Amino acid sequence: MYQIVSEPIDVAAVTAAVARPSAGATVTFVGTTRDHNDGRRVSRLEYEAYPEMALAEMRKVGEAAQHRWPIEQVAIVHRIGAVPLGHASVVIAVSAGHRHAAFEACHFVINRLKEVVPIWKKEYFEGGETWVGSQTGKAFAVADEKPQP
Amino acid sequence: MTVHLRFFASLRERLRCSELDWELPDGATVDDLWGTLCARYPQLAALRSSMTFAVNREYVRADHTLSSDDEVALIPPVSGGIDVPDRFRAD
Repeated sequence: MYQIVSEPIDVAAVTAAVARPSAGATVTFVGTTRDHNDGRRVSRLEYEAYPEMALAEMRKVGEAAQHRWPIEQVAIVHRIGAVPLGHASVVIAVSAGHRHAAFEACHFVINRLKEVVPIWKKEYFEGGETWVGSQTGKAFAVADEKPQP
Repeated sequence: MTVHLRFFASLRERLRCSELDWELPDGATVDDLWGTLCARYPQLAALRSSMTFAVNREYVRADHTLSSDDEVALIPPVSGGIDVPDRFRAD
């Protein structure tokens, strides 16, 4: 299951999507919108995606995890548009025969997702607004399979 | 040739535009495109080090040669801002 949605994410449905009789462990990560960042009180958050590419990159991240760990299934659902504070903006579920692989793969998926999936977050706070990441001056990873010459 | 540009997030707001058709000489690279964009929108020049590019929804390096009708996305840093190894930096 790989989805970009503009409605609330059903966490139980994402977890259920990776259920397999052979899985002895399921790890679900829920990323929620936080009411503060960099010492500022955040009043509102909005996410914007390059949807066609974001979906393709989400799938690639899931497949990379499946290639690297002995896991069963991966599901990634990201919400876009306005997300109320305290609500889930991203949910990742990984099922595996054993918990160790499920935990490691889930950790990899959320980190990689934040590096390569073209989805941006805009924070509104008292006195202003900012695109998170837009002032860091940091580039991010080009696909691993394209090494520098 | 004409390429189809897409802008997102901070870049979309800065240019007040999300899509644009852009004329380039045949054989132009992503870097050439960036140069012509900066000539038209000088406020972009300072952003080069934080920018990544995708052509037809795949990340590419700046020396990638463009083709007519390519969809080129200019991608500011994604949310999260995780450090990456230098070898992956855009330039």
